[in-house]
Amino acid sequence: MAIFYVLLLFIIIAALIAVETKNLLSAVICIGAIGFGASLMFLFLRAPDIAITQIVVEVLGLVILIRATIARDLTFISGDKEFFATVVSIVIIFVIFLAGIKVFQTLPDFGTSAFTAAAEAPGMPEPASQTYISQGLQRTGAANIVSSVVLDFRAYDTLGEATVLFTSIIGATVILRKKAKKLLEDPDK
Amino acid sequence: MKGMTIIVKTISSWVKVLIFMFGIYIIIFGHLTPGGGFAGGVILASSYVLLMLAFGREFVEENLSLPVASKLDCVGALLFAAIAMFGLFYGAACFFWNFIQAEYLADKETAFRLISAGTIPLSNLAIGLKVGASLFLIILVLSTFRPDVSVKEKE
Repeated sequence: MAIFYVLLLFIIIAALIAVETKNLLSAVICIGAIGFGASLMFLFLRAPDIAITQIVVEVLGLVILIRATIARDLTFISGDKEFFATVVSIVIIFVIFLAGIKVFQTLPDFGTSAFTAAAEAPGMPEPASQTYISQGLQRTGAANIVSSVVLDFRAYDTLGEATVLFTSIIGATVILRKKAKKLLEDPDK
Repeated sequence: MKGMTIIVKTISSWVKVLIFMFGIYIIIFGHLTPGGGFAGGVILASSYVLLMLAFGREFVEENLSLPVASKLDCVGALLFAAIAMFGLFYGAACFFWNFIQAEYLADKETAFRLISAGTIPLSNLAIGLKVGASLFLIILVLSTFRPDVSVKEKE
């Protein structure tokens, strides 16, 4: 269990460096470190599906971010921070920290699977996750339980996720197209 | 940008096939092993991104142009919605009903085989096509876009 805390510490330090550093490129590299730490953590928590997705998306996102930072000439951030903004962010972080402590008290132990804790809780009805695990193969025929949940029991969520991606692509292609620049250059047409 | 050195070009022209095949494997075996449509689609997109980084944008646009990629994206999304709609015409008549598994495969011993689980592999294919095409589109659009400085200077 100690490996989780080492990884957590690594991720937190990388996040702090990514926020505080002046160089954009090293901030991007720190974001990559956060992502790879998270994917290692998913692997140790025995969630290979999400670990594969995390590491693949991280690589692609890192390539995009590095290309975006290298394309810009200005890679150094300058300027002082405002006093009011600092105070507001510290207050917000403190409130979130207090709420997080409250939430973490209700969670099962770190690394314990949620359905085990829910099944052992007294006076609770049998959770839906137990049904997914015990009858997933029989009802859907998929050997991968995660796949049977994502694409059969909870396929609405996947449809919503695909819609979110589709909408964001439409936004990106509408805003970042070539023809808009031509319109800007001669507004008479 | 006309691409990188000949070392990078040679190695990426070998590796691109392996990456593409790994993406297809992740998609097709999504219902048996870890992975699935989303991860496989991102791997497919990343093989094209490798080509774009090594050979330049024009080379990739000759192979998979922007209109073709957007059509593939729409085909993937429509395929996924159509699989969901087909559930309305069978048995339980509800959205996302796994009709192939319930109607045709329920009596047979198909577990742990490639052809099993009804609509789940088809949904994986649709999502993989959609995610791969759309992530490729994002990177193509981001690399074509340059902030136009001259317009601001005229104003």
